[in-house]
Amino acid sequence: MSLLKVEGLGKSYTADKQILKNINFDIKQGEFISIIGPSGAGKSTMLRCINRMVDFQEGKITFNHQDVGSLNKKELRNLRTNIGMVFQHYNLVPRLTVLENVLHGRFGYKTTLQGILGRYTEAEKEHAFYLLEKMGIHEHAYKRCNQLSGGQQQRVGICRALIQEPQLILCDEPIASLDPNSSKIIMDHLKSISTEMGITCLVNLHQVDVAQQYSDRIIGLNNGEVVFNGKGHELSEEKIHKIYGTQTKQLIIA
Amino acid sequence: MNEKAMRKHRWQSGIFLLIILVLTYLSSAITKFNFVEGMATIPEAIGWIFSNLMVTQESLDKLPKILEKLAETIFMSIAATTTAAIVSLFLGVFGSKTTKVNNFLSIFARFVASVSRNIPVVAWSLILLISFGQNSVTGFLALFAGTVGFLTRAFIESIDEASQSSVEALTATGATYFQVVSKAVIPQCLPQMVSWVLFMVETNIRNATLVGILTGTGIGYTFDMYYKLLNYNAVALVTLCIVITVIIVDLISNHVRKVIL
Repeated sequence: MSLLKVEGLGKSYTADKQILKNINFDIKQGEFISIIGPSGAGKSTMLRCINRMVDFQEGKITFNHQDVGSLNKKELRNLRTNIGMVFQHYNLVPRLTVLENVLHGRFGYKTTLQGILGRYTEAEKEHAFYLLEKMGIHEHAYKRCNQLSGGQQQRVGICRALIQEPQLILCDEPIASLDPNSSKIIMDHLKSISTEMGITCLVNLHQVDVAQQYSDRIIGLNNGEVVFNGKGHELSEEKIHKIYGTQTKQLIIA
Repeated sequence: MNEKAMRKHRWQSGIFLLIILVLTYLSSAITKFNFVEGMATIPEAIGWIFSNLMVTQESLDKLPKILEKLAETIFMSIAATTTAAIVSLFLGVFGSKTTKVNNFLSIFARFVASVSRNIPVVAWSLILLISFGQNSVTGFLALFAGTVGFLTRAFIESIDEASQSSVEALTATGATYFQVVSKAVIPQCLPQMVSWVLFMVETNIRNATLVGILTGTGIGYTFDMYYKLLNYNAVALVTLCIVITVIIVDLISNHVRKVIL
């Protein structure tokens, strides 16, 4: 059964340039999918269409039997609550504590007033600590986020997504600003989220080898079109060339 | 930059300096401002200041009355600034690109800010004096109007600069607009906003004197009154009080800034 179905998705910001063209794919519950492609291929835009952070004009996205494009404001909020998001630059509130940032993930379940007053239940706080401990950063719970390293901040970002109890997590280049060591920790955590908790992960990546190592399936995007959709081992030299165009080859030769 | 370009650059600086000199000469010639004559009157002016603007025992008797007026002025400035800050907070949130509700409100907020900022506080006092008469409400409103414009502008910039990324993240979790503003935007911009408010309190205490002269309220009125009575000793005391107050407020706000930033 598919959790997410994208059919004929098209998006353009300006009339003369089409960012996404006729994109089709299907994602099952619990899958770990990587999206690779050169910068400007439309990876980030595509990810943001799924939770309507960006509005799209053409095509249809179905998440959990809901037509994403036709949701009203309240339904959209409900949808976003079911979809977690992790960002390249972590997008935490730097002056607040780790714990507060994690608990921000619960806003979708609260009324506006509860959110403004910061009323969290004991169960939510315990859940936050449980997640922080799982990510190995519970000793930093009361520190301000800007005192943490990049890798630690990204783990806070993942906790914030997980506390939403989502069915799908969208990751927009989660390791692009991290060193290899932190990158491995983050990727391992994301992998275990999909295998242990059964949460579907859709990850934008820049590193082909990382994508091959971790993903159940890879989607290759070039110039707004899906040019590859298959398992990691099926991704041949020729296919990589097709995704990244001529630039990589020139770069490697040079 | 090669040698030729550098030489050219030096040439340009020389010409620029020459233009400024010519402009200065022409301006003073047109306005009949004689630099030498102006300089010559300085010793005399200083002499006058020292012989007349001295705080004497007699003027010290007026100190309680002056301090009372001074307190009134300080409280008026603080009240004007804080109420303006609350209004500006809303205008700032609506005006900022990251947190705007819709284009109409955004343009409206920017328009209000620009109108109130581009009319100088002196003009505000005179306009409001006609409509509200000579009382402290006029002074309060004059300071309020000028402050709203400045603070809205400053708040819009702080919000734009600081919070784009966390606004995106919280929106993606399904948070409502007011949740995003209160938990992502405000915490991030608060130190800068407090800093701007403190700056405006200082500025308004200084401005309040001038506004007071024009609207007949607070310490400005006291200053004006003694000045017109030719009681220069009292004028000196009032000036001294204002200077000391401004320095104290400056020190306090610098300390607060150091603690919060």
